Amino acid sequence: MTSTERACDDCLARPWLLARLASHLDPVRGRVEELLALGGEELIEAVGGEHRDRVRRELDRFDPRDARAQLKAAGLHAVCRCDGSYPDRLQALARPPAVLHVGGDVQRFLELVDDDPVAIVGARRASNYGAEVARALGRGLGAAGVTVVSGMALGVDAASHAGALAAGAATVAVLPAGAERPYPAAKRALHRQIQAAGAAISELPPGTDVRRWMFPARNRLIAALTAMTVVVEASEKSGSLVTARVAGGLGRPIGAVPGRVTSPLAAGPNRLLASGAHVVRGPQDVLDQLFGAGVRTATPVDRPRLEPGLRDLLGAIADGTDTTAALQRAGLNPGEGLAALAELELGGYVRREQGGRFSVLP
Amino acid sequence: MLARVATFAIDGVDPRQVWVEVDIRPGLPAFTIVGLGDAAVRESRDRIRSAILNSGFEFPQSRITANLAPAFLRKVGPGFDAALALGVLAASGQVSAQALHSYAVFGELSLSGELRDSPGALAVAEGAHVAGLPKLIVPRERAREAALVEGLAVAGVRTLREAAEVLAGSPVPELPPAKEPAHSRSTRPDLADVRGHATPLLALQIAAAGGHNLLLEGPPGTGKTMLARRLPSILPAMTRAEAIEVTRIHSVTGMHAGGLIPERPFRAPHHTISPAGMVGGGSPPRAGEATLANHGVLFLDELSEFQRPTLEALRQPLEDGCVTIVRGQAALVFPTRFMLVAATNPCPCGFAGVEDRCSCGEADLRRHRRRLSGPLLDRMDLLVNVGRPAERELRAGPVIDSPRAQERVAEARGLQRARLVGAVATCNGEMDAREVRRYVRLDDRAEAALARAYAVGALSARGRHRVLRVARTIADLNGGARVAQEHVLTALSLRQRGQTDAALAA
Repeated sequence: MTSTERACDDCLARPWLLARLASHLDPVRGRVEELLALGGEELIEAVGGEHRDRVRRELDRFDPRDARAQLKAAGLHAVCRCDGSYPDRLQALARPPAVLHVGGDVQRFLELVDDDPVAIVGARRASNYGAEVARALGRGLGAAGVTVVSGMALGVDAASHAGALAAGAATVAVLPAGAERPYPAAKRALHRQIQAAGAAISELPPGTDVRRWMFPARNRLIAALTAMTVVVEASEKSGSLVTARVAGGLGRPIGAVPGRVTSPLAAGPNRLLASGAHVVRGPQDVLDQLFGAGVRTATPVDRPRLEPGLRDLLGAIADGTDTTAALQRAGLNPGEGLAALAELELGGYVRREQGGRFSVLP
Repeated sequence: MLARVATFAIDGVDPRQVWVEVDIRPGLPAFTIVGLGDAAVRESRDRIRSAILNSGFEFPQSRITANLAPAFLRKVGPGFDAALALGVLAASGQVSAQALHSYAVFGELSLSGELRDSPGALAVAEGAHVAGLPKLIVPRERAREAALVEGLAVAGVRTLREAAEVLAGSPVPELPPAKEPAHSRSTRPDLADVRGHATPLLALQIAAAGGHNLLLEGPPGTGKTMLARRLPSILPAMTRAEAIEVTRIHSVTGMHAGGLIPERPFRAPHHTISPAGMVGGGSPPRAGEATLANHGVLFLDELSEFQRPTLEALRQPLEDGCVTIVRGQAALVFPTRFMLVAATNPCPCGFAGVEDRCSCGEADLRRHRRRLSGPLLDRMDLLVNVGRPAERELRAGPVIDSPRAQERVAEARGLQRARLVGAVATCNGEMDAREVRRYVRLDDRAEAALARAYAVGALSARGRHRVLRVARTIADLNGGARVAQEHVLTALSLRQRGQTDAALAA
């Protein structure tokens, strides 16, 4: 039995229906999760509008062989909820996706999500700080053998995938539309790497175009697939809070990375913390929450030891003074200062940002 | 009777010898000029006629044929007037044809018989010298410039009559007094005007010492332009040959008349400039900003605002030190050995990296980055960020002044010149891969630091190269024979953010 055949005929009709009704779902106000919990006939009734009858007729004529041919052409594999190894955690949803379309090795994907994967989500327009924290979390969790699940979006999502890959670990991206196409397109290379080492999945069939409703729909899958959801940076209206809300509703632990109270990007995580989310300062906090305090330890990043002069400079940069002021505080002339900054950069202590500032790496 | 006068056409910025032949035959009065001249050359018949008559000579009432040889070369502009007029006078026996043989003649005539200021006299003088002509007649305004060529007797004359008198043996008029330079030492921009900016000032000195291309990045109003404009004040002095080349180019384009240009040119074209304006072009082809900046600085302020084709056009000039312009049947080569200095905002609004002040959308940022990440950026050895100086620094004294910086730069250049004897490059910034391998020696710790930077992915192969060149210059500024670790680290700190960094930024 080839892996493409792990989806039964009945189940394959559901993704077809979702794709068929894709344009009808966008104008719907309110929560898309509730609509996606409806059965096929109810869904057509709810959003089909004047096309109801036509959609019903088309659904009757649906031929699973077409869907299989499409899967094959797109190089994807499918696994449906009738399959014994369908991810258990997804069963917690009111109506789990009938079929998961998987780019990458299906068996590996199923094993990865069968463990205790962690979702790391957050803002697209993350700050450099947010992206660094996400990368460090991805790297630390990846190194500790925990699979990172995220949405491959710009900013926090992509950084967490990249961090996991940098640690040589597998990672899973849940994509809003077809799993075979990278979204956003700029993350083409990342999409390829993720499929090579882990999997890119979607509940929608290949060739589906991206629509607005697919993002909250995708976020509910990220929450449902994972044992814990960590929000790194998110504004008040961020989709990452949908992920957190769904995770909370399923009774999964939520973690949040604290930020400065004045920063709009910290508003989301800070609100989660205020309502009882776990404080996440690094990979260790996540591991402690998942496996119990001290059961598994994150390996610290290997860095060369610093001379006292460099340590002073690092301290000054960490305090948030701008680089020129930091150099002065450390008592360095421009020539020595530039050399010292390069030394810190090469050692992986700081990162050069746009505008010539340096920020301390977590 | 036949007379022959030597003169020169200016092809791009180079002189090409042209012989003016004038033949006078009995026949109905007529005056024809042949030899691929443009409209200005055809119109010169009327100028010459009036000028000859108004100078008190006689205009031959016969059939006059003038030829500008070689006939394949396109002749442009009114600079042939004086040679044609003297040819007519010699052919009609009013001046000595014999005396005319040792002269080259150049200049435009007015109807009254005056020799008008004509751009390009220095190029003509160089041509005359190379062609072995001992004497030159030019308009008086251009005499000082033409006299820069050694071993050439220059007669700066006001009128056609005066030119005829010089040919007849009158003493050559004295050179006009030298003009005051446009700005003296005390008024030109000096580094002492700058407050704070210790790091950019260091980068400026490194760039000047090694002839490295420099990119200044920072929010609006922090002083990027101010810094760039002060770069010429610390550049090493030009050699005489370089100064003559600069003067020739600026003379040909009509931007300079008088003596030698002593200071390196600083060209700052506006960002609306066309590709032809940047590297040269048009018909007849004229030198562009890249050529005007030869041996000096080409400063591109607001780099991301320049049109892409304009920036692309700079590739060959940057790579080869010259640009070849092909128009019609002629191919012209313009020299373009300049130092490129560019300034840019880090993002469209200018405030990226300044706490939460950037208001650019993701698409704007990507577009901005794409604009900048061209082949041009690939040629930038140094990237320095220009931040807002602290209030305390604004009140403090200057970090360094230009004379002191120039002294350091000159010393470093001296070391380079001594080291690069026999190489094609004249400074560290011009070294190619083989020269870098040959002339840049690192001590063990420097080698280790470079290897580490390469290993962590902070450098590409090309980036490694650039770092080596810059490190060599930093060592030269500090008088070091070998490149030490701190030099490599400083160079690393000033490196261009490469693709590797962009990839790390996810």
